[in-house]
This record gives sequence, structure tokens and C-alpha cells, in this order.
Amino acid sequence: MKQLTNVFAGIGSAVQLMFRSASYAGTLPRQFGRFIEQCYLIGYTTFPIVMILSAFIGGVLALQAGYSMQDFGTQQFIGTLVGLSMARELGPVMVAILVAGRVGSAIAAELASMTIYQEVDALVTMDIPPERMLVMPRLAAVLVMMPVLAILANIVGWMGGAVVAKSVSFIAVEPTAYFAALRRYTHFKDVFNGMLKAEVFGFVVVLVSCSIGLNTRGGPREIGASVTRAVVVSLILILVFDYFLTHLLMSVM
Amino acid sequence: MPAPAKDTAPTFSSSASAVGVAVEGLCKNFGELVALKDVSLAVKPGEIFVLMGPSGSGKSVFLRHVAGLEAPTAGRVTIDGRDALDPATRKLVRMGVVFQAGALFNSLSVFDNLALYPREHRLGSEEAIREKVEHTLAILSLANTSHKFPAELSGGMKKRVSIARALVMEPQLLLYDEPTSELDPVMSATIAEIIATLKEQTRVTSIVVSHDRELALNIADRVGILMAGRLIHVGPPGPLRQPADPVISEFLYPKIDISNPRYKRAQ
Repeated sequence: MKQLTNVFAGIGSAVQLMFRSASYAGTLPRQFGRFIEQCYLIGYTTFPIVMILSAFIGGVLALQAGYSMQDFGTQQFIGTLVGLSMARELGPVMVAILVAGRVGSAIAAELASMTIYQEVDALVTMDIPPERMLVMPRLAAVLVMMPVLAILANIVGWMGGAVVAKSVSFIAVEPTAYFAALRRYTHFKDVFNGMLKAEVFGFVVVLVSCSIGLNTRGGPREIGASVTRAVVVSLILILVFDYFLTHLLMSVM
Repeated sequence: MPAPAKDTAPTFSSSASAVGVAVEGLCKNFGELVALKDVSLAVKPGEIFVLMGPSGSGKSVFLRHVAGLEAPTAGRVTIDGRDALDPATRKLVRMGVVFQAGALFNSLSVFDNLALYPREHRLGSEEAIREKVEHTLAILSLANTSHKFPAELSGGMKKRVSIARALVMEPQLLLYDEPTSELDPVMSATIAEIIATLKEQTRVTSIVVSHDRELALNIADRVGILMAGRLIHVGPPGPLRQPADPVISEFLYPKIDISNPRYKRAQ
């Protein structure tokens, strides 16, 4: 019962934080430096790992698909499979999981530490709302960077698939044939679908991490507990939102 | 031609009048733990009020209520008649808080820690803010630390930077949580002198929570003593030099008795 109460309290706290932070959206031009710093931390520092993982995920997809398709002689559709899987599902979900692990954990650790060591209290007494200075620039930055990361993940994943499709002997699909199949069935709406998902996932990850960080109570040990909680909750929410968003987008688009 | 001599005497500036603080029937419970029991007092504008008491007596909890960081279980705290918990009060009353551990922003340099408030509230040009921050750092002998980060400072320096950060705000109310803890006797005396000078020059209202008897007896206008969440004494510091109450006497002037130590007496 107590755990259920905590879950609802957590949801309520995150929703409140979202509205309070949104009320400071107008201050963003004044906080341009902080916004750029967060874009750098969320986008640029996550970029290399997104590239590496996307290349391998695209490659594994092509490999698995090629292995199964060789029995039916349908390897020429590998490009379609990799293209759609990356654009609609794997690209945004993988980027969100990476952002949760790399950025969400860092945000939760930083804000939890600031809360424990009374830096947040100091901000409050100085009439500087933490939602304005600590949350708003992060939410704005993730909304800008997530679609960029998702598109880059798609492109690199497609390339990884093309390399594997060409170089593995039992698949042996030429890049021209691979990309022709990819273009034929992967449309802009599929890429847009993925970008929208990435946007929602990234927003949820940052909001949850900020909320958990700012609600940390106790001693330094709680900082670690908050980081773990932020990552676990983010991962669960990514998959829950993925299911419902997929349903919604399928009916709308 | 030599440059005109500058007046280097330390001066603190203030742009607004001091405020009074009223505490009425303040109670705070943390679950089963009773931290404050029916505490009532009034701190006059421009007064230095020092709150003393043993560790765990509720001094810091009291200060957090005055700062509007804690909601009382019962009772209320008002600053110039406005509820301390109301965010609007912080917009109308500039309140500087010197936290026990400094609470400096670790990701910002000392200079940026001090410049944060005026920058966020757009109190002057960048040049004016720079001048003000450097002046304040110089007063507290911190001029050479402006580029450093809090992690590079000693405990005493952090405390002084924390005071400097509060001073840059030109506060009407200054709250100090153990400002002399972890400091050597000379630095403690320096901090006490700064608190007293601030009162003289800016008439800022100061509430100081401290264990430091010398600080309390030398700079306070009035001293309060908190024991187990109850305010058992409020008055001028003079009579506390020879207190009649044995409890206060034991707290302020404990005698070290090796032949009959306290831990054995407690058993």
C-alpha cells in the first residue's frame, strides 16, 4: 500500500514539476547559455555511443533477417526490414535508453547532490526557482536534441545494415538494392513517427530524473539510490509509453 | 599624476530597511520526533538575535522555518507581517542565508556563486556586478579566490564565501546557521566582527544559530536558548555571563570533571 502511495506521489510530483517548469518557458532566451550547455551534454556527449550502438543494431538486424530470409530467397527485402525497424522502433527506443543511462543518471545525481547539500535550498532563499534554473533548460535541450539523435541513429543503423548485407556471404545484397528496398517502403511518416516517440521518451526521462533528483531526502547515500531509481523508472516508462504511443500513432498515422 | 586614493575601509551597502520576524506558537514534528514545541518570539528590525542550544535541540529546524524552507506542524512565522512560507515574501524581502555547510554551488566558481543573485535578478550591468562582487570578496579577504571552485577551498573559506554570497544580495534579513563552526578562534572572531559591523552599517536584522558562547555574549542584542525544542530563555546577553538557572549554566559553562565524568553520571 505504501509503495502504491509512493508511486502516485512520484507521478504527482513529476506532473507538478512539469507545469511549474513550463511556466518558466519564457525565461529560456535569458538562459541561452544553460540551454546550450545542456544541448552539449545531452546531444554531443551521447552522440558517439549512439552511433556505435546504432551501427551494430542495424548490422545485427540485417544479419538475423538475412539468416531467416535466405530460406525463402527474400534477402532483397532486408533494406525494408532494417529501414522500418530502425525508424519506427529501434532508433527512438535505443536512443531513449542511452539517454536514460547516460544523461538521466547524471541529472538525477547532480540534482540529488544539490538537494542533499542544500544548494537547492540556497536557490529557493535567493528567490531563484530551481524549476527555472535547473529543470527548464534541460527539458528544452532534450526536446531539441532527441529528434536529432533519433535521425542520426536511423542513418547510422541503416548504414550498418547495408555493410552487413553486402559483406556477409549468405546475404550478399548490394547497397543499391538494399537502399532501393529501404526507400520503397520507408516513408517520411515512419521517420516522423520515430522522432515523435524519441521526443516523448526523452522528455519523460529528463522530467523523471529531475523530479527524483529534486525529491531526494536524507544523506549522501540517497544520491546513489536516486540515480538507480531514476534509471529504472525511466526504462520502465520508456517501454510503457512506447506501447501506448505505438497504438496511438498506428491509429492516427 | 598619481591616481586618487581610494577609501579602502570595509563598507557594506544596503538599499532597503531591515525587517522584523515574528514567530507564534511554532511546533514541528517529524513523525514521532518533536523538533520544536510552541516556540514564540519576536526579532526586532535591525536586531542581532542569537539562538543557542545543545546539538539536536531544534535550532537549525527553527532557522529553516524562518527561511521558509519548512512548513510548521502548527503555528506560523511572519517576516514583516508576511508568511515566511509564501513565495511572494521572498520577492518582497531580500533574505540571505548562510548555511552550515556553505551550500555553495559546486559547479560555479566563487565569483559566479556571488554573481548569481544579481545576474538572475538583473540588478545592474555586468560591470557593476563585477565591481560589487570583487568589493565584497575583498572585504572578506577572498580576493584571490574568485576564480576558484568551492571544492578547492578550505572549510573557513567556504564559510566566508557563503557570507559574501549573502552580502551581495544586500539583505534585509540575514540568517546564519552555525557561522563559526569548524573555524579557528581568530576566524570565528572575524566572522563575529563581520556580523556586528553589518548590523552597524546596514541595520540588517540577523538571526544567528550557534554554539559559540563568545559570539553570542559579545555581539547579540538578545540571546535565546532552546532545549529539546522548547525556548527556555530569551533576554540580553549580560545576565548569561553568570546565569542563575543551573540548566543554562551547565550548558554555557560546563565544567570538565574527570573524577565524575558525564557519561558515567548519565548511566
